[in-house]
Amino acid sequence: MAQRKGKYTIVFDDPPMIKSSAAIGSKKEAQGPLKHIFDVINEDSYFGQATWEKAESRMQQDTVTKALEKGQLSASQVDCVFAGDLLNQCVGSTYGLRDLGMPFVGLYGACSTMAESLMVCSVFLEAGAIQRGVAVTSSHFCTAERQYRFPLEYGGQRTPTAQWTATASGAAVLEKGDCPPFIRACTVGTIEDLGVTDANNMGAAMAPAAAMTIKHFFEDTKTNGDNYDLIITGDLGKVGTRLLRELLLQDGYNIEHAHTDCGLILYDMDKQDVHAGASGCGCSASVMCGHFIPLIKSGKLNNVLFVATGALLSPTVVQQGESIACIAHLIYLSSQKEGGRV
Amino acid sequence: MAFTPEEYNKMSQKASPNSKSYKNIPMAFLIGGLVCALGQGLMILYQNAGLEKDTASTAVSVSLVFLSVLLTGLNVYDNIAKVAGAGTLVPITGFANAMASPALEFKSEGFILGLGAKMFIIAGPVIVYGISASILYGLIIYLFRLY
Repeated sequence: MAQRKGKYTIVFDDPPMIKSSAAIGSKKEAQGPLKHIFDVINEDSYFGQATWEKAESRMQQDTVTKALEKGQLSASQVDCVFAGDLLNQCVGSTYGLRDLGMPFVGLYGACSTMAESLMVCSVFLEAGAIQRGVAVTSSHFCTAERQYRFPLEYGGQRTPTAQWTATASGAAVLEKGDCPPFIRACTVGTIEDLGVTDANNMGAAMAPAAAMTIKHFFEDTKTNGDNYDLIITGDLGKVGTRLLRELLLQDGYNIEHAHTDCGLILYDMDKQDVHAGASGCGCSASVMCGHFIPLIKSGKLNNVLFVATGALLSPTVVQQGESIACIAHLIYLSSQKEGGRV
Repeated sequence: MAFTPEEYNKMSQKASPNSKSYKNIPMAFLIGGLVCALGQGLMILYQNAGLEKDTASTAVSVSLVFLSVLLTGLNVYDNIAKVAGAGTLVPITGFANAMASPALEFKSEGFILGLGAKMFIIAGPVIVYGISASILYGLIIYLFRLY
């Protein structure tokens, strides 16, 4: 059974393992330094579909299919899929997974969805409610822009704090077993809001949520930044990364030497004109599923914290004067099933 | 970590870089000026072709709107505007782009509820408040017999 450690953290007795994972990206992702991490690169950002929403659904479906294929599994062998995305009613997931016939739990955690789905799937597995689950999420630049910002061809200037929504998707197949990586623990995030209202500065909005969740995990497990090979945040970008490190330093945790952010490494920050970095559910999902999970599998990394950050932004509510509420969920991944930091 | 929103606001402002005004403003001046120069060139051309001044200036507006919509449709306009900023936003070209870009974007939701309705999503307020202001202005002129 899952054990509660401290106030916020859940530790797994029989930690679930990640059997296989896959990542899909598009043209801009293929021009970045992480080109090699993608299982499939589709240069056509329409993914052969008629609309952007259909494109995102198709991308998510392809990612799940690819992850299952890498684990030599079929959709019928999956007990439940945990999925979400940035779109209203999570249509990227709903329509992407419609044809696969898997029991479906829809999640919304904005860009924190990859950690959220891994967390929920792990708890289902630990409880014995399922034997095998899939966690998946996606984002598409074009669907996100039209829902949250402006039409694609609108001639506006982006501010230096704005981030670029990744057109990417990541999926992981989880089950009980003895092959790394293992999901050893997770910390459910609290909703944090320090009054940021600028929808073009998500990094600043999300940093307090990430800082709070990391702090909760450190306190619950009595560990600190030195105990981990890597602390990977989702999509804080340049501004959020700086703020997160400052916030944690105020609490006495220095994570600078171990911290990286998926939003800073997906694109070439100098050449790709992405301003403060990458964002979107697909940013952390693809970088984790395509890059870091394989590194833990091969033993190059041992103890890793994955902290996906989400701005729970609604344009309607922000127009009504509300600030941007944010959340971050933490997953502790390890190459060892026992021992380690919990 | 006990920050008030005000304290955090100061912190995040320090961490957030500002827009590069030293680059944006000259570029807006340059490209905005070029758009105006193009308009003036067309004006001279149309007048030489025999149009009256009023008709020629309408023809200039129509030409610039057409060019802007064409470049929007060819996926070029946003690339120019990224550099030009207010230089392409302030002239009539910006208005045309603000109408054409949602029309393109939302045609996937159909011609009536998509294209037709969403076309005004950016330019709508300009039309509403532009017309409202002109009515108010007209009333003032009429009431105070300034005309």
